[in-house]
Amino acid sequence: MPFEEKMTWVNLVVTIAVPIWFFATMIGRLQTTPAADIAFQRPLIIAIVASVVLMVVGAILMSIGTSVTAVAKGRKPEDDIDRKDERDKTISRQGDLVGYYVASVGAVGVLVLTMLEVEYVWIAGALYLSFVAAMIVGSIVKLVAYHRGF
Amino acid sequence: MGKPTRVTNCIRALRFNAGEMTQADLADRLGVTRQTVIAIEQSRYSPSLEMAFQIAKVFDVPLDDVFQYPKEK
Repeated sequence: MPFEEKMTWVNLVVTIAVPIWFFATMIGRLQTTPAADIAFQRPLIIAIVASVVLMVVGAILMSIGTSVTAVAKGRKPEDDIDRKDERDKTISRQGDLVGYYVASVGAVGVLVLTMLEVEYVWIAGALYLSFVAAMIVGSIVKLVAYHRGF
Repeated sequence: MGKPTRVTNCIRALRFNAGEMTQADLADRLGVTRQTVIAIEQSRYSPSLEMAFQIAKVFDVPLDDVFQYPKEK
């Protein structure tokens, strides 16, 4: 598996796991608190920071694992980690492009919510969901391209 | 797995004729991942024109001897 594909898997797992925690927290608070009074800022910041930290940690662990595997096979670790070729770049661009369209559709939804003057928690949640959906869809497009070709 | 490209190639045979060169060896000479070589061989990925020429250069053959495209009926 190319290193870039491994990183796509790491990003996908983090991008699914962290929002599950965030939205579960928000749904839990909505059960007991009116939407207007919900403090969503702290969980949202934690979710964003956690995503970045987990992706960096995942990248480090994946690099170590790939290096160990490369050495075991008698290869140079940098050959497996640093080698990002034209196929990786094309797949990355394809995934990012599809993700951009998803984020754009989500942004339109957020605009509608803003025009309707709904509570901030819904707007923030929708915007976060747009980014999450964009990353998930983009990652899936990349993984499909790696396996089925394009 | 489907074959998204109509471009076919003889890389596998060319590797065999070149002292049974491995996919990893070819990948190293091209500066790409082994998975990319596999994807090209299985017609799951059409390389750029530049990489196609690089592949032909590795085997010291013309481009047509590496890649083929079916004629229109």
